Amino acid sequence: MGLQIFTYAIHKAGVADDSAMELIAAAGKIDSDAKVTAIVTGSGAELDQVCNTLSECCSEILKIDHEALAYPNAELIRKLLVKILPDNAVFLAVHDTFGMDLAPGLSVKTESAFVADVVEFEGVDGSNLKIIRQEYSGMVSTHVTCDISTGAVLTCRPGSFQPDEVTGAGGRVIDKSGEFGDISVGRRFLEVVEAEIGDVDITKSEVLVSIGRGIEDEDNIEIAEDLAKAMGADISCSRPIVDAKWLEKARQVGTSGQTVKPKVYLALGISGSFQHLGGLKGSPFIIAVNKNPKAPIFQVADVGIIEDILEFVPELTEKIEEG
Amino acid sequence: MEILVCVKRVPDTSENEIEVNSNGADIERDDLVYSVNEWDNYAVEEAIQLRDKVGGSVTVVTVGDDESEEVLRREMAMGADKGVLLSDDAFTGSDGMGTTAILKAEIEKGKYDLILTGAQADDGAGQIGGMLASILDVPYASLVNYIEVLDENKIKVGREIEGGNQEMNELNLPCVLSIQTGINEPRYVGIRGIRKVAKLEIPIHGASDLGISADSVGAAGARVKRVDYFVPDFGEGAEILEGSTDEKIEKMIEILKAKGGIK
Ligand SMILES: Cc1cc2nc3c(=O)[nH]c(=O)nc-3n(C[C@H](O)[C@H](O)[C@H](O)COP(=O)(O)OP(=O)(O)OC[C@H]3O[C@@H](n4cnc5c(N)ncnc54)[C@H](O)[C@@H]3O)c2cc1C
Repeated sequence: MGLQIFTYAIHKAGVADDSAMELIAAAGKIDSDAKVTAIVTGSGAELDQVCNTLSECCSEILKIDHEALAYPNAELIRKLLVKILPDNAVFLAVHDTFGMDLAPGLSVKTESAFVADVVEFEGVDGSNLKIIRQEYSGMVSTHVTCDISTGAVLTCRPGSFQPDEVTGAGGRVIDKSGEFGDISVGRRFLEVVEAEIGDVDITKSEVLVSIGRGIEDEDNIEIAEDLAKAMGADISCSRPIVDAKWLEKARQVGTSGQTVKPKVYLALGISGSFQHLGGLKGSPFIIAVNKNPKAPIFQVADVGIIEDILEFVPELTEKIEEG
Repeated sequence: MEILVCVKRVPDTSENEIEVNSNGADIERDDLVYSVNEWDNYAVEEAIQLRDKVGGSVTVVTVGDDESEEVLRREMAMGADKGVLLSDDAFTGSDGMGTTAILKAEIEKGKYDLILTGAQADDGAGQIGGMLASILDVPYASLVNYIEVLDENKIKVGREIEGGNQEMNELNLPCVLSIQTGINEPRYVGIRGIRKVAKLEIPIHGASDLGISADSVGAAGARVKRVDYFVPDFGEGAEILEGSTDEKIEKMIEILKAKGGIK
């Protein structure tokens, strides 16, 4: 008999997030005979829509419908999961801002092992699950073993597991709303404040000149702006540039910034973290300039140039201006 | 407000090329430039600003070896009042739970209203804050980019969520928060600042001081173990342009034109 694996499904406005299917695929990577149970929490009719979608992909869905779950407060959901999950359960969530909030504490409460940001599973050996993850901003990978004999809480990197083809699994939806009972927590959700809109909408740009920490100094941004002007492109950036307040937040590409879909993306001094690349959609043609030949950005770029951007970019601009 | 900030000494990824050593057991540690974890620096700055606003003290703590003292001193030069080093051979090889258990033992020796960690460190796990909150049985919020003290028992925090949106929450104190970069602008620390705190004593607490049995932490107590480091084969990767700088520029302009990158 296979392992029983639980996945937590993220959804919005009645639509299951891509990650919900990715987790089901990830569970299959842990154990191809696994019995996969998706857990869906929320409130109202939207929830039924999500359960219907998921019933096509896994054998069982636990639905918890309660108005207190209308917004996913990780503190509440953690307590709920502690009630619902059987002893020694293997539980998967996605490594996003919700999973990061929920999962480490859940492993404490369920007394199980915890591994974050898994990029690959390589099966189970005895009671040890074999895992691949990355360290040092993706510059190196590691093999990790995780003793799952007393259960495990694992978060998976978004986009790392390809969803299986929908098989029409005909999954059973079980209503567990009664389990909610009278959970109360010391953190109350108030509201979501939407990110500010900037003066340029980089989500519409066809060509982006994007700068990262490699630009080194605020004064150097000018050289990227000159290049962008010569190319007829817009300027975008990675997170550290916004943290330093050198450019406005609306210029940031990535999971906690904008999702862009240009035709051409020129990455200057950007290492290529998964949070940054998570904001690049529609398979743009990526050209990366970086002085470190081992920078992870070269794994995903189409064309790579190993140069110091502070010297290379002004020369490039000059040549483009010459026509 | 009594504030504790958990910090870590890490290889600075923006200063180093991280490479796997010859047997894959570790990364190449020779000539690495270390610094305080980027996220932790924001956490310490935030703690100092909160203390300056509402009073109290800031303590920085780290689980590490003798060399980790330098990051504590750096954060004290920023303005933290106290530093504590948690160090013992028995701590080596701890997984997230092990590190959390060590920190918990130190935390229970004091009385803190607010405990801060960085949102993540060099291993990208982002696990310590959440584990600490659960083991201490207090509320938690991760990826915090805004803190406002409401009264003695409550704070309002913003969490940075997908798309840069901000999720506002109210939390009861005491609580644990993990801090996201960009919440503030960490102050600069010069050599002079570090010299000023050079003589301050930093207590070192080991397993017996903390009442921790050695086999519950470290490699002995770890359910999660790193087997090795490696660099995976990512397949093709980028076509690297070769030649002189001029030749690269010429090729690049050609490619840009072909792909519609120059308007
Ligand atoms: C929850 C969460 C959300 C996040 N969201 C985002 C997000 O939305 N967007 C985002 O970008 N990041 C995000 N991050 C941060 C992300 O993890 C990385 O820290 C960040 O992307 C690194 O930015 P970078 O590549 O510019 O800097 P670094 O990783 O420091 O890379 C700098 C690169 O520049 C190169 N370089 C340095 N000097 C030069 C030079 N003179 N010439 C050429 N190359 C040079 C270096 O070799 C290096 O590869 C998030 C992190 C978390 C935890």
